[in-house]
Amino acid sequence: MAKVTNEELLLSLTTKFGEAIVPEGEPFGLLTVEVNRENIIAVLTYLKAELNFIHLTDITAIHYPEKEKQFYVVYHIHNLVGGIRIRVKVALATADVHIPTAVNIWDGANWMERETYDFFGIQFDGHPDLRRILNVDDMTVFPMRKEYPLEDPNRIDKKDYFFGR
Amino acid sequence: MSDIQIVAAPPGIEGSGFFATKIDEAIGLARSYSLWPLPFATSCCGIEFMATMGSHYDLSRFGAERLSFSPRQADLLMVMGTIAKKMAPVLRQVYLQMAEPRWVMAVGACASSGGIFDTYSVLQGIDEIIPVDVYVPGCPPRPEAIIDGFMNIQKLVQTESGRRREDPKYQELLAKYGIL
Repeated sequence: MAKVTNEELLLSLTTKFGEAIVPEGEPFGLLTVEVNRENIIAVLTYLKAELNFIHLTDITAIHYPEKEKQFYVVYHIHNLVGGIRIRVKVALATADVHIPTAVNIWDGANWMERETYDFFGIQFDGHPDLRRILNVDDMTVFPMRKEYPLEDPNRIDKKDYFFGR
Repeated sequence: MSDIQIVAAPPGIEGSGFFATKIDEAIGLARSYSLWPLPFATSCCGIEFMATMGSHYDLSRFGAERLSFSPRQADLLMVMGTIAKKMAPVLRQVYLQMAEPRWVMAVGACASSGGIFDTYSVLQGIDEIIPVDVYVPGCPPRPEAIIDGFMNIQKLVQTESGRRREDPKYQELLAKYGIL
């Protein structure tokens, strides 16, 4: 099967979804599009079923404290046959970090969504078992959010008075 | 001529056909030269420990020939490496399974204080969850430093009361960690 180019991929997405697909450029040759929350499952389903994007590489999130919609959920998806990848982003408002789950499309999304929940507190609606996966169960914060300090508060040997500050 | 050195006897009263000393000192002497260490190695300090156990540095010379991979037979818990917060209950469980008398050595910066991993996921020193007898500095410490730490443990073993666990100070220490 011939290689698929970014232009062909973007064209087939915009033909199907029109305005719902917002292209964000091709950093390092990786086509990046932004989709809103209402369309994300339809877009992901279409990518897998029609465009052969069978491999979900990763789901993660980004926190931009300075933006109006602070949270972005990012999907990296790979078309192994066409030799092409795509990055799909969804912006979420801080007060409403809910997004439908992708578990029904890729089984592999299960742990990735748990990890994203664990570190960013994104709520994946419809996820079968959304609980922490890497951090300790009794953790109360979402450590990759920028309002939380990275350092452990129990650390004492780096206090200023040890260094005459 | 053999150049093997025999450890000196503890101070006592010697006479024709008998030798009297305190049982604490005799037992301490015996214990200190037959410690069974439990290596709890999670990262690079564990590699240094492997060198320490190897023929060049040879921790066996100090009577620690026999490593115990079961905490129930171990005397000395050697924690070597970063302890993530998820690992903390496991380490505590291992410590609780050890029989008295038991000693703990924190080898390297991570086990002693969290080291470079000043972050939300790493325990900032194992003394947050279990009492520690000897800290070995270094990142990672060289085998010489681990041996020095081990010799300090031996000194502790030799000079401590044979009934350490009945010592109120020791009980208070354990109670501080919620261990009875």
